[in-house]
Amino acid sequence: MLLINCPYCGSRPEPEFTHGGQAHIARPGDPANTTDDELLNFLYLRENPRGLFRERWRHARGCGRFFNAIRDTTTDFFVTTYKVGERPELPGGAS
Amino acid sequence: MQKFSGWSLLKEAFGGHQGWKTQWRRAAPKAEYDAIIIGGGGHGLGTAYYLAAEHGLTNIAVIEKGWIGGGNTGRNTTIIRSNYLFDESARLYDHSLKMWKDLSQVLNYNTMFSPRGVMMLAHTVHDIQVSKRHIHANRGNGVDNEWLSPEEAKEFCPILNVDPNIRYPVLGAALQRRGGVARHDTVAWGYARAADALGVDIIENCEVTGMRTNASGAIEAIETTRGLIRAKKVGVVAAGNTSVVMGYAGVRLPLESYPLQALVSEPVKPIMPCVVMSNTIHAYMSQSDKGELVIGAGTDAYNSYTQRGGLHISAHTLESICELFPVVRRLKMLRNWGGIVDTTPDRSPIISKTPVKGLYVNCGWGTGGFKATPGSAHVFAHTIAHDAPHALNAPFTIERFRDGLLIDEAAAAAVAH
Repeated sequence: MLLINCPYCGSRPEPEFTHGGQAHIARPGDPANTTDDELLNFLYLRENPRGLFRERWRHARGCGRFFNAIRDTTTDFFVTTYKVGERPELPGGAS
Repeated sequence: MQKFSGWSLLKEAFGGHQGWKTQWRRAAPKAEYDAIIIGGGGHGLGTAYYLAAEHGLTNIAVIEKGWIGGGNTGRNTTIIRSNYLFDESARLYDHSLKMWKDLSQVLNYNTMFSPRGVMMLAHTVHDIQVSKRHIHANRGNGVDNEWLSPEEAKEFCPILNVDPNIRYPVLGAALQRRGGVARHDTVAWGYARAADALGVDIIENCEVTGMRTNASGAIEAIETTRGLIRAKKVGVVAAGNTSVVMGYAGVRLPLESYPLQALVSEPVKPIMPCVVMSNTIHAYMSQSDKGELVIGAGTDAYNSYTQRGGLHISAHTLESICELFPVVRRLKMLRNWGGIVDTTPDRSPIISKTPVKGLYVNCGWGTGGFKATPGSAHVFAHTIAHDAPHALNAPFTIERFRDGLLIDEAAAAAVAH
């Protein structure tokens, strides 16, 4: 079970949270001129890295708020959690 | 290939069992192959076997980063069934189920396929409606599936608790009698041995680290921890690691990798004559020939490559198992583990050509790939050999996500969504 640091409430056990998949996915801005490939990219294609991963969590059985996290998928250790609107750099300086 | 039979067993017994030969060679990579299969699980080894046996390609290698059958092939709960909802899925999975029937004879290797019946429980009115819809759809596709009352379900599996006062009472069940289980390791070993006999190189402890394409964009070679290997065609069957491997060729796929957990109890005398699954409360159980109860849990919530998961997921499943089968409450669990499953948005696999010429992918089997091993390998070999899909896997493309042609089996998978 993961111990997850909600940026609003502090460290809480995993069953209080729901996972929201990859973070920072923006819906294509102009619906009338969105191509099939852009929609494919938005709806279905996902980063699935073996290593550092930016992901969304929701503190569903707590404050109810969404936040983002950077976690290593090879160890499940969190590098950091952060509020929506922020975007801390990955260790090593990659975006 | 040294043929296995009652006679060969007797003959070797007289020789003190000293005459048994190694079942497959420990091959070193050659400089070039006609086709390379990345991933030495059941699907990958099977693909190599069918390429050699049915399509005449024998200059083939199977590249495996660990040991063959050490990934999801050796980690699943071995359930085999074909009662999927949609026509495309029913055809594909039933093709596989039919191949299981004589796989032991074809490979001369006892896969211990046991069609003992797979019973899927209904606990709510919604479950009943979904189950009956499945039954009718299955029958329309020539796939057997029948509805059982709680009493009939109890008769089929006597240790089942059909008390109407439990939290999720059994209100009925859908039974596929042709479904069952097989011994998972034998599938990898049987395909490996048969493929090796046809000249296929099985290369273990060899991890792929990159892919090279030529000037026209076609696949040219793969980079591995044991050097560069050139290939005209490459088939990727890397389960949970497919996104990583396909990333080397610049192909993005609609996949997410999750840990899926399973566990086994201490061995006991035969108490469980069939497979029982419950989608609603995330539990499934069967009994191995060794006597262990084999129990499947759900996936963890988050992407991971750790091959383990949270204990609360297993605990949740065991709570359900203890209520459905009170007789097992005092059993100790011997082992629990996780495998990394690659899931697609519609919970159907991708068996397809890719935008890179000469590169093919077979992935997205999610939580239920074992049952499909022979059929998946068979149609994927056809796809690679002919550079065109077999009729059965033609709908399972990558492009279906762009074109809105999903095969949405989410409701038919082994877990509730």
